Amino acid sequence: MPYYPMEREARCPFAPAAGIREMPPVGTVRIWDGSTPWFVTGHADQRALLNDPRLSIDEKKPGYPHMTKGRAAAAPHIPNLITNTDPPEHTRLRRTVNGPFMVKRVEQWRPRIQQIIDSLIDDMLAGPKPADLVQAIGLPVPTLVITRILGVPYEDHGFFQGASSRAISHDTEPEVAAESGRALGAYLGDLLVKKMDAPADDVLSEMGARVKAGEMSHAEAVTMGSAILIAGHETSASMISLGTLALLHEPDQLALLRDNSDDPKFVANAVEELLRYLTIVHTGIRRIAVEDIELHGTTIRSGDGVVFDLSGANYDPAEFPDPGRLDLTRPARSHHAFGYGAHQCLGQSLARVELQVAYGTLYRRIPTLALAVPFEEVPFAMEGVAYGLRSLPVTW
Amino acid sequence: MRVEFDEPRCVAAGQCAMIAPDVFDQRDDDGVAIVLDAEPGPDLHDGVREAAAVCPAAAIRLVEA
Repeated sequence: MPYYPMEREARCPFAPAAGIREMPPVGTVRIWDGSTPWFVTGHADQRALLNDPRLSIDEKKPGYPHMTKGRAAAAPHIPNLITNTDPPEHTRLRRTVNGPFMVKRVEQWRPRIQQIIDSLIDDMLAGPKPADLVQAIGLPVPTLVITRILGVPYEDHGFFQGASSRAISHDTEPEVAAESGRALGAYLGDLLVKKMDAPADDVLSEMGARVKAGEMSHAEAVTMGSAILIAGHETSASMISLGTLALLHEPDQLALLRDNSDDPKFVANAVEELLRYLTIVHTGIRRIAVEDIELHGTTIRSGDGVVFDLSGANYDPAEFPDPGRLDLTRPARSHHAFGYGAHQCLGQSLARVELQVAYGTLYRRIPTLALAVPFEEVPFAMEGVAYGLRSLPVTW
Repeated sequence: MRVEFDEPRCVAAGQCAMIAPDVFDQRDDDGVAIVLDAEPGPDLHDGVREAAAVCPAAAIRLVEA
């Protein structure tokens, strides 16, 4: 039986691992604890099951197919959050944290995000060649955006950005990353208290008001603040750097995007296709059956674990013909890169705006952007929940 | 075409408001979708169909005439 997660092939690092493409519609895999959850890769099956109330995300249930030993050990101690509750509790919780991520609220950030990206590009162009695009653009974009959205005061930017980058960079030792994560949690707790005394127009102040109104506990607000930071950070950084690498590898598509950079609809669709093509979350999303489910002649029993590999759906030829081809003009919006169902990514609208501005600006401003090393020598980081790049040496 | 919206299912992902802003908006306090135009004109139908298709909670149902 295949082990999961599976490793991508070095020869075609953007495509799902070959083993995933060879799996039957309802397969089984072996995971870290030796258990053998069901494994579902088809786009239509994922759509049906990820909205099916017979599957639960309650990770406290025995038999839940945890991602890692650490997650399994932590699960019983994690309070009810949007990440471990089913409707209707989930619906109530999600509505309390959704405000700052609404499309119209996120759109208001677009000019600031444009300034951030323009200024980072100015700095890179003024510096030495070659440059590392991961350090120059990929990591700082989400850090700076989140710093402003959460409302971190200017005098703390140095600490906050340094600790955030250390907490998520693939180039950091694990102990240093963990220590940076703890320091950020403590910092956010203190900042939340300050924002409750002196609120401003930012997300922490908004959560502070909900804590004061008794709608949220202090601990929930801090957990949510950390989650906003962590969930939106590595993923956006990886998409900016990996998307650039994928485009440099497909010069026709890069030229097409560059020539259409002033067409918001073209750029928006290009973002959806890159989200599909890269599908950076590669450890599967996980559920447990709470009733028997018949699927293609197989019975998933109540208590069985089920793992959904998102790249399987995003490379399902029934939904995306010739899925291995990067085609910025194809209809791609039905991808599952943000998951599907009630737990689909909370920050997806913010991620879209960040990526639209990044991809829409970077290649227009640096039309001669090129790899500074052969493609085969670009170091990938495959070990996390999402894959990414350790560095991306570029010149221009 | 008539747009039917199952509000209790809505998880406020906002894709409908992004894809078909003439037909859907999001409520200011929690982002839950609002139907602005339950019987949209033909020029809006493609966008509404796409919004219904990508809704992660399957909360939008279309009754096609």
